[in-house]
Amino acid sequence: MMARARLATVWLDGCSGCHMSFLDLDEVLLDLAARVDLVYSPLVDAKTFPEDVDVTLVEGAVSSSEDLEKIQHIRRHTRRLIALGDCAVTGNVPSMRNMYPVSAVLARAYTDTAQIPGTPRDAVPALLPVVRPVHLVVPVDVVLPGCPPPAALIKEVLLAVLDGTTPNLKARFG
Amino acid sequence: MELEELNRIAADERAAQEQYRHRLLVCQAAGCLSAGSDKVRDALEDDIKKAGKHRLCLVKGVGCMGLCGSGPLVLLEPDNVLYQGVAAADAPEIVEHLDKQPVRHLRCPTDTPFFRRQVKIVLENSGRIDPERIEDYIAAGGYRALLKVLTELMPIGVINELTRSGLRGRGGAGYPTGLKLSTVAKAPGSPKYVVCNGDEGDPGAFMDRSVMEGDPHRILEGMAIAAYAVGAAHGYIYVRAEYPLAVERLNKAIRQAQKLGCLGPQILGTTFSFNVEVRLGAGAFVCGEETALIASIEGQRGQPRPRPPYPAMKGLWGCPTLINNVETFANIPAILRNGSEWFASIGTARSKGTKVFALSGKVKNIGLIEVPMGITLEEIIFGIGGGIPDGGRFKAVQTGGPSGGCIPEEHLDTRVDYESLRELGSIMGSGGMIVMDDESSMVEVARYFMEFCMTESCGKCVPCRVGTVQLYDLLTRFSQRSATRLDLERLESLCEMVRATSLCGLGQSAPNPVLSTLRYFRQEYLERMTDYDPRRAEEEAADGHDV
Amino acid sequence: MVTTFKINEMDVSAGEGETILDVARQHHIHVPTLCHLEGLTPVGACRLCLVEVKGSAALVPACVTRAAEGMEISTDSERLQRYRRMIVEMLFAEGNHICAVCVSNGHCELQALAGDLGMTHSRLGFLYRQKRIDASHYRFAIDHNRCVLCTRCVRVCDEIEGAHTWDVMGRGIQSQVITDLAQPWGSSSTCTNCGKCINACPTGALFKKSKAVGEMEKDTHFLGYIRTMREVK
Repeated sequence: MMARARLATVWLDGCSGCHMSFLDLDEVLLDLAARVDLVYSPLVDAKTFPEDVDVTLVEGAVSSSEDLEKIQHIRRHTRRLIALGDCAVTGNVPSMRNMYPVSAVLARAYTDTAQIPGTPRDAVPALLPVVRPVHLVVPVDVVLPGCPPPAALIKEVLLAVLDGTTPNLKARFG
Repeated sequence: MELEELNRIAADERAAQEQYRHRLLVCQAAGCLSAGSDKVRDALEDDIKKAGKHRLCLVKGVGCMGLCGSGPLVLLEPDNVLYQGVAAADAPEIVEHLDKQPVRHLRCPTDTPFFRRQVKIVLENSGRIDPERIEDYIAAGGYRALLKVLTELMPIGVINELTRSGLRGRGGAGYPTGLKLSTVAKAPGSPKYVVCNGDEGDPGAFMDRSVMEGDPHRILEGMAIAAYAVGAAHGYIYVRAEYPLAVERLNKAIRQAQKLGCLGPQILGTTFSFNVEVRLGAGAFVCGEETALIASIEGQRGQPRPRPPYPAMKGLWGCPTLINNVETFANIPAILRNGSEWFASIGTARSKGTKVFALSGKVKNIGLIEVPMGITLEEIIFGIGGGIPDGGRFKAVQTGGPSGGCIPEEHLDTRVDYESLRELGSIMGSGGMIVMDDESSMVEVARYFMEFCMTESCGKCVPCRVGTVQLYDLLTRFSQRSATRLDLERLESLCEMVRATSLCGLGQSAPNPVLSTLRYFRQEYLERMTDYDPRRAEEEAADGHDV
Repeated sequence: MVTTFKINEMDVSAGEGETILDVARQHHIHVPTLCHLEGLTPVGACRLCLVEVKGSAALVPACVTRAAEGMEISTDSERLQRYRRMIVEMLFAEGNHICAVCVSNGHCELQALAGDLGMTHSRLGFLYRQKRIDASHYRFAIDHNRCVLCTRCVRVCDEIEGAHTWDVMGRGIQSQVITDLAQPWGSSSTCTNCGKCINACPTGALFKKSKAVGEMEKDTHFLGYIRTMREVK
């Protein structure tokens, strides 16, 4: 068992639903707090991903140049990486744009259907040609599908990983 | 019709041809035709007329002579002088030299291994007779075997004779032909059907086309004999529509045979009736698979179905059906005419007779050859084939098309038969043989055949429909040198899975080109991986690990 | 003729015409299937029900194979599980299956198979092929993104309804189910609007237009009733 593991959670291209499900752990969060330090998360104030993280939960697919940089950085500094939820595991809803070229996607969002047309250029990260699930970009240690994965399952998997065992999960997509 | 009448037709035909002092045989098969042999034939006829020699010299269109890469070919008989690369403009010179020394610059030597080392059974008439005249086939001994069978043998006698001959299916799998006939004969139900599979579709294969174009009556006679043996009254020849000349000549042959009473009701004056129809394939490779072919004849979508039941029990319209390849049927008349002992004396212990191969790729003599089973690959490629042109170096020979594999130099001494090729990770297949030199990339070869299987998959079962696409994508990564160690693992596990789980032979054998190139040319895959470290590989190899 | 044989070392028997799958189900031995639907002619296309026969290298599809006397069959080896997982992975990689926004979420046979077989993610590359949606019918629609080409719609339409509105077009990865001669479903002159295809479809590919995410439940019980009634007659 790790002594006060350093835990991080990140949110790439997703809807934050998996984080909501994580928060649904309710009082289990208190037990968890006794065992981990949450060193980085959209839920806390840290701005940079720390050097040395034991476990990272990744929500969302890899869609943009920023996502790509982030996940590669995170992988380098994380011991155990958990792909959390369908977007991270399969690409899910974000990947529905993969059937179309990026230019067509941008045109639909910022020109065809916009009241004030104009594609953003500098302020936002560029979209990658295809959205990919995390494990097809960097090695992933544990996958946990679900949209979102039920809180009980997140607990089971997280505790197993913290205990250093391999979770035996009965999960499904959707 | 009786034997005397067949003999009379034969004698008349021979006399009609032999009254000419010279006979110019011009190849009219697809290979030479594409090089303009139809114009050569017209030019020869014109120039003979102009020279006033039309009573001295006969011009006859014939089937494939074998040396397709040197066409158009013209054979001068009875002098047995072969001309190669003949153009229409050469006609006057050939005509002028009819009574003189042969035209030197056109002459193709025939005392070479290409001609001497072949043994012809299936192709015995090809390039000798006019495929559009039944009389020429009869003059060459045709329909004698059928007459003998119908008048002297019981159906079981035919089956026993074929069983004793050791003939095995020439479509590639090598199932014993006698056993198949016997199963159909014993299968309950009627009517029964005989089907000839002429849906030859392997890239680089043109054996069956040449037989259908060059000696179509031979197939009809073989089918009729088999039909008598199994008790069928109706037969189909399934030919791909991409072979229009074969279709035309088969249809012509069927009409001629019906007119003479060699097909139709009460064949050759006996009580046996048998008719044949041609059915066209619409260009799907998978329709060479027997259950898909049967579905296609029935007018259904050409998709395979699980076997059993085998067509021998439930085939065309649910009836017992004998289905064999063109070359298998083409062997039958010769076996019945010359006897099973004669046939069994050719070949190896378990593979009898001869095999026709379409020799192509990086080899000097490109064309159609027929060799005894048991000949070595080396004799075929370096003897008959004349070796690698332009000083190139032999690398591998691909047999069996998309279902086969690549055989490297160290196995060139292998004796060709069904079992030995299978042991090497390839198959006999229907007879495609593509020679490759050291400029060929084996990864590209595997990728080419995978692309073929991917586009020819019928889409019915998941492993073949999706697996071939995944395999093709992985091979593309190797081709682009962006593959990783993980891709190699995936490639191997996918190959294993597709082979074990696909519904029909197309899917089951689709991984073969990949597996055989991985077996003999693994280094070419490793070199295309981004994370390949030759030093580490060497260390691991020294430690006894697989790389 | 009755044959006796073994499934997973259990002694079992099969009556005339009974397949290995029939017998396995009688004994509550789970063999996964997708293209199979009780009451329709089996086609052996999805390959999920492949089982091992002792002494034979080839795997056989349980849905179409009749056991021979004395056969020893195993339905759940490590190898079979691995192959089945790969088949489901292939289906997920081939189509565009977004369970989260699918009408059949929670009631889908493909989704359930992935869960049962422990397929938590696909190691294969997704193909992301553009596929059509035909919503021209007044009550029903087909989303080809979710079609697994099991041909249950084709068979139920042909064998039970007798309309043969559905069939398959194209080959290989280009295959797709079509109505009439690839005409819009709404313009079909053969479709009887019976809805059997909707219920036969294992995924959310065929659905009723009024259904939102997770609301499309399929009911295949009608096949049993129809079969019983036809047998009685």
